[in-house]
Amino acid sequence: MAPVKVFGPLLSPNVTRVILSLEEVGVEYEIVNVDFNTGEHKSPQHLQRNPFGQLPAFQDGELMLFESRAISRHVLRKYKTSEVNLLREGNTSEAALVDVWLDVEAHQYDPAIAPIIYQLIVVPMSGGTPDQKLIDESLEKMKKVLDVYEAQLSKHKYLAGDFVSLADLSHLPYTVHFMATPFASVLDSYPSVKAWVHDLLSRPAVQRVISQFPKY
Amino acid sequence: MAPPVVTVFGTANFANAARVMACLEEVGVEYEVVEVDYMAKEHKGAEHLARNPLGQIPAFQDGDIKLFESRAIAKYVLRKYSKAAHVDLLREGNPEEAAMVDVWTEVEAHTYFPAIAPIFYECVVYPATHGIPTNQKVVDESLEKLKKVLDVYEAHLSRSKYLYLAGDFFSFADLNHFPFTFHVMTTPHASLFDSYPHVKAWWERVMARPSLKKISPDMVIRA
Repeated sequence: MAPVKVFGPLLSPNVTRVILSLEEVGVEYEIVNVDFNTGEHKSPQHLQRNPFGQLPAFQDGELMLFESRAISRHVLRKYKTSEVNLLREGNTSEAALVDVWLDVEAHQYDPAIAPIIYQLIVVPMSGGTPDQKLIDESLEKMKKVLDVYEAQLSKHKYLAGDFVSLADLSHLPYTVHFMATPFASVLDSYPSVKAWVHDLLSRPAVQRVISQFPKY
Repeated sequence: MAPPVVTVFGTANFANAARVMACLEEVGVEYEVVEVDYMAKEHKGAEHLARNPLGQIPAFQDGDIKLFESRAIAKYVLRKYSKAAHVDLLREGNPEEAAMVDVWTEVEAHTYFPAIAPIFYECVVYPATHGIPTNQKVVDESLEKLKKVLDVYEAHLSRSKYLYLAGDFFSFADLNHFPFTFHVMTTPHASLFDSYPHVKAWWERVMARPSLKKISPDMVIRA
């Protein structure tokens, strides 16, 4: 069977999300680069794959998908094994909790953490100066969100319960970058969150992916 | 009338609560609606925070199961109660169809909703419930964003010739567009959709669903 294709660079957080899912289920994949800096994501060729001109896009045989969380769900659903069941769709209450915390990640966690990563890492890459006011506002937002996560993770090993799921893994793309910034020490005030992050980072599939990240 | 099976915390005038109610209507499950007094900040009180730690509306309970985040609640309702109701809005039995439902559900959450929601808040919610006048600059920016989004929807629907977003079947993806689109359609900005014939036709098909016609009157926001 031909390997599935992921269109977009590994380091782009939404691309990383998909790669993590592929590594967890052990499916063979090929990364096809799409050069953000030259605007390739807005080229007619890429727009055929992702009509909003975003990264990633994905191909599995005849099936073309976009939206990283939809792609991840497809991968984890189609290729799940008896050992790797990160959606829990066979169990309505477990699946519901996975969905809840995936939505919290998308609607609360990401909007708070993404601007910090963007300002500290992406802006300097094109010679700009990080916007400290925006970083400070985002950190305040993030701390309020982390209060909620600390409460949840002090009761359960993982977000949806005592089993790891896509909800947990979906937080990693931005979090990995965050841990490389000076603000990683923010997590020291959230011991359950910190332990959860370190547990996720130690997963073999996650290690395989982040070992390919640059050392900042 | 049968006794309620589940409870929705938050009334239908809250678009995200209406999202959940639309699914409950689709599967024909009896539900109790408990008001959460937004103006009195009840959503930030200890009792509601125990149901929704983000202090948002809605929250939901089905026996021992307590959930928040309207799209997650809606999916739970569909997964649990669809078979008995003979509806299949998630298509989880068919991987390719389920994937397309997921794609357009994500598009609604990350792209459509951020473009359309400010129009609803500025034109309907703030004037009616807070006495705050419409910020036309915000509305104009949102309309520009929404046009770019609708360009993509129009191209998708006209190229694929699908009746609905994920295929020729009504799905969770279409249903997720209902709450905020319904509200914007009650404003003069409904005319924006006239420039997108395939999108308009799709919307008319969506609004023909009995479940959505049933809850629409309760969604209207009054001063």
